[in-house]
Amino acid sequence: MKTSFAKRFFSRNAVTVYLLVAFYVLVSVLLYGGGLSRQLYYMAVPLSCYIVLAVSLNLVVGLLGELSLGHAGFMSVGLFSGCLLSIKLSTVLPIAVSLPISMIVGGLLAAVIGLLVGLPALRLKGDYLAIVTLGCGEIIKNVITNLDVTGGALGLNTLPIYSDPETLLPFGILLVFITVIVMMNLKNSRHGRAITAIRDNRIAAEASGVNVTYYKLLVFVLAAFFAGMAGVLYGHAFSNVKATTFDYNMSIEILVIVVLGGMGSVRGSIIAAILLRTLPELLREVSDYRMLAYSVLLIAIMLLNASPKFVELKGRWTLKNVLAFFKKKKTASAVEKGE
Amino acid sequence: MTEFIQTLVSGLSLGSIYALIALGYTMVYGIAKMLNFAHGDIIMVGAYSVISTVALSTNIPGIVAVVVSIVVCAVLGVTIEFLAYRPLRKAPSLSVLITAIGVSYLLQNLALLIFGSQQKSFHLDFFDAIKPIYIGDVLINGITLITLVVTILIMIALTIFINGTRMGKAMRAVSEDKEAAELMGISVNKTITVTFAIGSILAAVASVFYGGAYKYIKPTTGSMPGIKAFTAAVFGGIGSIPGAMLGGVLLGVIEQFAKAYISTLWSDAIVFLVLVIVLVVKPTGLLGKKISEKV
Amino acid sequence: MSDKSKSSRLVPLPTNAFVPERDVDKDPILEARHLGIDFGGLTAVDDFSLIIGRTEIAGLIGPNGAGKTTVFNLLTNVYQPTRGSIMLDGYNTAGKSTHQVNKMGIARTFQNIRLFSQMSVLDNVLVGLHNEMKENMLAAVTHLFGYQKEEKKAKARALELLDFFHMADLADHQAGSLPYGAQRRLEIVRALATNPSIVLLDEPAAGMNPSETAELMENIRRIRDTFEIAILLIEHDMNLVMGICEGICVLNYGKVIAKGSPEEIKANPQVIEAYLGRKDG
Repeated sequence: MKTSFAKRFFSRNAVTVYLLVAFYVLVSVLLYGGGLSRQLYYMAVPLSCYIVLAVSLNLVVGLLGELSLGHAGFMSVGLFSGCLLSIKLSTVLPIAVSLPISMIVGGLLAAVIGLLVGLPALRLKGDYLAIVTLGCGEIIKNVITNLDVTGGALGLNTLPIYSDPETLLPFGILLVFITVIVMMNLKNSRHGRAITAIRDNRIAAEASGVNVTYYKLLVFVLAAFFAGMAGVLYGHAFSNVKATTFDYNMSIEILVIVVLGGMGSVRGSIIAAILLRTLPELLREVSDYRMLAYSVLLIAIMLLNASPKFVELKGRWTLKNVLAFFKKKKTASAVEKGE
Repeated sequence: MTEFIQTLVSGLSLGSIYALIALGYTMVYGIAKMLNFAHGDIIMVGAYSVISTVALSTNIPGIVAVVVSIVVCAVLGVTIEFLAYRPLRKAPSLSVLITAIGVSYLLQNLALLIFGSQQKSFHLDFFDAIKPIYIGDVLINGITLITLVVTILIMIALTIFINGTRMGKAMRAVSEDKEAAELMGISVNKTITVTFAIGSILAAVASVFYGGAYKYIKPTTGSMPGIKAFTAAVFGGIGSIPGAMLGGVLLGVIEQFAKAYISTLWSDAIVFLVLVIVLVVKPTGLLGKKISEKV
Repeated sequence: MSDKSKSSRLVPLPTNAFVPERDVDKDPILEARHLGIDFGGLTAVDDFSLIIGRTEIAGLIGPNGAGKTTVFNLLTNVYQPTRGSIMLDGYNTAGKSTHQVNKMGIARTFQNIRLFSQMSVLDNVLVGLHNEMKENMLAAVTHLFGYQKEEKKAKARALELLDFFHMADLADHQAGSLPYGAQRRLEIVRALATNPSIVLLDEPAAGMNPSETAELMENIRRIRDTFEIAILLIEHDMNLVMGICEGICVLNYGKVIAKGSPEEIKANPQVIEAYLGRKDG
C-alpha cells in the first residue's frame, strides 16, 4: 500500500502537476508582488491560454495523430461567443460569476463547431484532413470578420469586460489545471488508449471493438471545447479583439509548441508553451526572428526525429532513464523478489 | 451579359494561375506522395526574384527577370526537396507535412526579414506591350491575354512531356509504384528532383501572372493562392495532370463569380467551403482514381 | 475446464455444412450463407457458405488470391457483403460496423501484423479489453469513481491473458519492438481479450520456423480448450492445417471447391488439382 502511494506520488503525471504548481506559485508571487516587467505582467494570462491551447491541440496531434490547422478557429468561436455573452452579463453579474459562465458557454459553442469540423475527420486523414481543418479555420475567421454582431473588421470592443491580470490569473490557473489534469487522466484511461490505438492502427482498433467514429469526434469536440474556453479568457485580457488575429498563423504557432514539446506529451506542451511565449519577450532583440526561429525549429525537430542516431541518443537522455539510473539497485532487488 | 462574360474572362485568367500552381501540387503529390505545403511560397519567392532583378538596373527587360525568377525557383524547389524532404522519405506523413509547413514558414519569414512587411508594387514592361482588346463590350487586359495564352501553351508542352519523353514515362512509373520503378532501373530520387524543378518553374511563371493581376506582392502573397491551388488540385483529382488544369480553371471561375455576384467579403469563405465540400464528398476529385486501403 | 468440450458429442454433419463432425447440443456459432462480394464488377468471393461449431477449429485454405482474406473481411464487416447473410450465434450481423461485429463476438488477427506499435504490450491487450471495461468518461478524466478498481481489474486480466502465451514479462515493452513471433502472439492475445466466441486467425504461422509452428498448433488447441471458443484460420502450412483443423474449406477463385475433414480434403482430386497439385509442380 505504501509503495503504491509512493508510486502514484512520484508518477509522471503527478510530477507534471507539481512542476505546474511551482510555476504558478512563482508567477502569482511575482504578479501580485509587483515583481514582473510590463511585458511579462500582461503576458501571464495569455500564456495560460496558450498552455491550454497547446495541451488541447496535443490531444488531436499527439494522441489521435491527425494534424489540425484550425485550432485558432475553435479558440476564436469561443472567444467571440463567450465575450459577447460576458459583455451582456457584466452589467448584472460580478466577473467571478460571469466569466466562468461565459467560458463554459463559449467552450460549448466551440465544441459544436469542433463536432462539425470533426465530421470530415471520419472520412479523411493525413494531408487532406489537415487542409480541411485549415479551410474550416479560415471560414470561421471569414464569417466572424463579416458579422456585425462581432464588430466586423474593426474587431469586437471588449473594453467593458477587460480585466487586469490580477483578476484573471486565478481563472487562468484554474483552467490550466483542469485542462492538464483532464488530458493527462484521459490519456491513461480506456478512452485514451482507444484514441491512441486509432492513431497507431485504425483498422486494428476497429477490429478490437473500438468505435472509431465516436472517438474521432470526441477528440475534436474536446479539443475545441478547451480551446474555446481559453479563447473566452483570452478575450478578457484585451480591450479589442479581431478575428483576423486567430488565423492559420496562430494555429501554426500552437502546433509549433506541441511539436517542440513532443507529440503526445502534456508536460512537454506546457514547458514548450512557457518557453516559446516568454523567451522572445525577454530577449527583445531577437523577437523579430521569433517566427523564423519557429520555422527552423519545426524543420529541425522533424529531421532530427527521423534520424536514427539522434533518436537513439535522445532515448538515453530521458528523465526516466536518469531516474532509473539512480533507482537501479532498488529495481534490481525488486525484480529478484518478484521472480 | 457583358458583366457575365467579363467575370468569366477574369475567372479563366485567375483559374489559369491556379492551374499552373495546382500542377506543381498534383505532380509532387502524385510522385513523392506528399503535400508540399511550401509550394505556394515558391510563388512569393518567384515574384520577389522578378522585382529584385528589375530593380537592379533600369534597362533590364522584363523577360530576363522572368528567366531569373524561373532559375531561382527551380534551384530553390530542388534544394528544399534535397535538404528537407529527402531525409524524410520513409518518415510518417505527419512529420513530412509538419516539415513542409516549417519550410513554408521559413520562406515567408525570410522574405519578411529581407523585403519587409510593406507590400511592393509589381510591374513588368511587357505587361503594357500588348494593348488591351475589346470583344464587344468585354475588356481583355494585356496581362490577362498573356496569362491565358502562356498557360495553354505550357499545358500542351507539359502533356507532351509527360506522355512522350523518357523522363515523363519515368515520372508516371514512379507515381504508380516507387519500388517497382526502382527495380526497373529508374532513379526515384532523380525523378522526384525533376518533378520539384518542374513544379517550381510553373510556380515562377504563375508568380509573374499573379503579380501582374494583383499589382502588389508581400511575404504572405503565396499562401492564399497556394492553398486555393491545392484545393484546385484535389478538386480535379490529385495526381492527375488534366485534373489540376480543370480544377484550377473551375476554382478560378467559381471565385470570380462569387466575388461578382455574391460578395467580395465572402469569396474566400466560399472558396474554402468548396474545398471542404470537395474533400469530404469526393476526395478522389473529378478525374482522380479511387484508392482504397488494403486490409 | 475443458470438460465441456470433451463431453460434447460429435455427430455427422448436415448436408450444407462443411464440418464432418461437430458439437450437437448447441447451435453453430457462425453461419455464413451464400456470401458474395463484387469489386467494381469483379466478383471476389461468390456463394460462400460455411457453418462453424461452437468449439471447432476450422481451416480456410486455397491458393494465393483465392479470396481467403476477403472472406475474413466479409465476416468482420470490413467489407459489407453484396450478397448473402452472416449469422453469429443466431444474430444477423448485416449492417453492423466492424467494431459492433467485434462486440457481438468475432475477433481477428491480420495477415500483415497490425499492432498498436507505439503502445506497450500491456496497452495493446487493454485496448482489446476496451468493451469489457466499465469506465465512463467522468471516471476517465478524474481517475475517480471506480477508475482505479476498473483499471486494476483490467490490468490483472490483461496480464493473465499475456501469461497464457508466457508474455507477461514483456508487458512494458513497446509492441513494435517485439520480435516477429511475439508480435503474432500478441495479436492473438489482443483478439482474445475482446472476449470473442470465434477468433479468425489470418496466417498465424506465416514466417515461423517448424518448432515455432508446432508450438503455435499447441497454443491454438489450448485456446480452444481454455476459452471454449471456435477458431477459423487461414494458413498455407499444410502440416498445421491438417494437424489441428477438424473441418477444412477450400477456396479457389473466390468459390468453395471442397469442404470436409482433413482426410477428405487430402483425397479430393479437385483440391489436388487446384491447390496441392500446383504446389508439387
